[in-house]
Amino acid sequence: MSAKNRSFVDHIWEFFCSLKLAIITLILLAVTSIIGTVIQQGKPAQEYIQEYGESTYKLFLALDFVDMYHSWWFLTLLNVFAINLICCSIKRLPRILKLVREPNRVAEDGLYRTLSNFEEIVTSASLQDVSRKAQEYVTKNFGKPDVTEQDGKVYLFAQKTAWARFGVYVTHISILIIFVGAIMGNVWGYKAYVNVVEGTSTDEVWPRSGKEPIKLGFEVRCDRFAVEYYPGSTRPKEFTSDLVVLENGQEILKKTIEVNDPLSYKGITFYQSSYGQMGDAQFIFKVTERETGTTKEVRARRGEMISLPGGGGFRVVDFTEQFQNFGAAARIEVVPELDHDHKPGEKHASFVVLKAFPEFDSRRGGKYIFSLQDFKQKYYTGLQVAKDPGVWVVWLGCFLMVVGSMSAFFLSHRRVWLTIQPVDDKTGIKVGASAHRNQPAFEIYFDEFKKNLKTELSE
Amino acid sequence: MLSVKLFNATTIAYFVSMIMFIAFLPTRAKVVALIGTIAAYIGFVLQTGALGYRWYESYQLLGADGRAPLSNLYESVVFFAWTIVMFYLLLDLKYKQRSIGAFVMPFAFLGMTWAQLGLNDAIDPLVPALQSNWLTYHVITCFLGYAAFAIACGVSIMYLIKAGKEENNAEGSPAGGILSLFPSVRILDDINYKAIMVGFPLLSLGIITGAAWANYAWGTYWSWDPKETWSLIVWFIYAAFLHARFTRGWVGKKAAWLSIIGFGATIFCYLGVNLVLSGLHSYGGG
Repeated sequence: MSAKNRSFVDHIWEFFCSLKLAIITLILLAVTSIIGTVIQQGKPAQEYIQEYGESTYKLFLALDFVDMYHSWWFLTLLNVFAINLICCSIKRLPRILKLVREPNRVAEDGLYRTLSNFEEIVTSASLQDVSRKAQEYVTKNFGKPDVTEQDGKVYLFAQKTAWARFGVYVTHISILIIFVGAIMGNVWGYKAYVNVVEGTSTDEVWPRSGKEPIKLGFEVRCDRFAVEYYPGSTRPKEFTSDLVVLENGQEILKKTIEVNDPLSYKGITFYQSSYGQMGDAQFIFKVTERETGTTKEVRARRGEMISLPGGGGFRVVDFTEQFQNFGAAARIEVVPELDHDHKPGEKHASFVVLKAFPEFDSRRGGKYIFSLQDFKQKYYTGLQVAKDPGVWVVWLGCFLMVVGSMSAFFLSHRRVWLTIQPVDDKTGIKVGASAHRNQPAFEIYFDEFKKNLKTELSE
Repeated sequence: MLSVKLFNATTIAYFVSMIMFIAFLPTRAKVVALIGTIAAYIGFVLQTGALGYRWYESYQLLGADGRAPLSNLYESVVFFAWTIVMFYLLLDLKYKQRSIGAFVMPFAFLGMTWAQLGLNDAIDPLVPALQSNWLTYHVITCFLGYAAFAIACGVSIMYLIKAGKEENNAEGSPAGGILSLFPSVRILDDINYKAIMVGFPLLSLGIITGAAWANYAWGTYWSWDPKETWSLIVWFIYAAFLHARFTRGWVGKKAAWLSIIGFGATIFCYLGVNLVLSGLHSYGGG
């Protein structure tokens, strides 16, 4: 490789290793991400044209603003971010490994000059005495030192939580692990949905993107869907679906799912997401004729005219499961004769029958007394279906990120060096120390450390 | 409700504290700052009691459906104020720099005032989507992070004022007058950095617990919803800040500005997204 080529490659390498690139990429990611929060993502073309106009929409399309988080330019930014992380780790990790595994155990004057925590002590005690005392002191107050004897000098070195140096790289690599997990989920997983009518089952689901259904390889049946309300309120308390997993007609697994409590089988998870009514509700009324006291059970569908003994008829005109905190209620309209010719604008007496108060309607004083025994409304349950084999990789990455960033911020690699050497007919001690985090606190610690060392040696 | 009355008393205590800390700057009377600190402690104790009592009240009102007081906009604003004061008092124990109170207590006071005057303080049962233990973990981690960023922002404002003044002075001599009460720019810079060091892992945890919850409830840990995206924007800004510390030309004023911008983005993530944009976090309407 020619020198010129070499320097070009070096430049590229340096560019992708640089801290400046990291800062600029982070800021660019922050700024561009705003676009997708202002312009709604993934809506039908019509909505954009209505809101922004045709030409602006075309510009949005050209710039991928309607699906920006999957656009080539946003993915490029994320890739630059990832490459930056990889390069910077490759460049710096070997140096850190060396620093931790082969620390400089023999401190010369050059090293001491670089340390802000430094002290020189001279004492009349012998070198052996000082060396022994100093070793005991460092062991007791910091950690067991490595001792090197060389050219009539004694060198002590001790370090603590050296692995804190790796916190930064654990954090960086955790981001890459999260990326890998996300890619795994995109390649081998899917997000889909399916509506299952009560009493029916399905063996396929519909992906959010694409028109072909996905085969589950098993069946899911919905036995029942229900909405429960808080007592005396229209606020829903729970949406639940009784789901059954079937394989070859055999019931394998049963679970009542609710929001925040899904069902998982063979890596596929079913989430309670929505619901709806299937067809009209069927109502069961008890109708009593006031005069005769005869009672009859009547089944009716909404809007269907039902004959009553004595020539009249009634129909259910409205129904709600929650009527002003009183629970299920039907609005009933009674007509004098079955083949009644309905004139426009004509109104018949209509009244509300509450399921929770079966005696209530007798007070109305009408010819017939209605009570709503029961109603059967068929529902379908709307399920979100997700398969994501990468999700555990993502959680591993998240765990490493928290552990890594905590140790990077709050743990400090601390080192202490001592050099004991004869100075004329006395013994000189040089002591220096460094911490890679929280230097002010370490300075206070070191002041105490050297003061006590001095007293120890002068005894 | 007794809890709401106690929150009123808390608001008054924070008001007294804020006024005292501001008065401390021109008067330089230590006793004024001491009253401010005592008022902050009283408010904090009252608020802690009120938060606990509101938790108890929720069980009285809703029976088995009671829950931690962290579930709507009112409760989140109150909790935010509580976390800010908690961090401030910890900072006060460590640094004893009373002038910082004038730049941090207003955040707590404004939050409490807005909650007490403008927000719905009713204890309603939770809708199905919020019935999850993840709610508690998610809210606590997020707001602890936000509070650390609030402290960083207050300190950064002090930094910019002091550094700006010292730059104008001849030879960069230390600023006199009110500013002499401010900690040195070195300490302000250090507190800013440390607060963000505390806030950043908490924000990460907040995002992660939110993602874990979304995955558990919907099967998607990330869907680029505006709230999610804004939390990531905040994360990017503070990540940039942490890296800027190691780069020449990005320390000092630029770092202080990044910290302030970061807190602005935090507040937008918390409130702006609900009030301006549309998405999954629905409490903005409450």
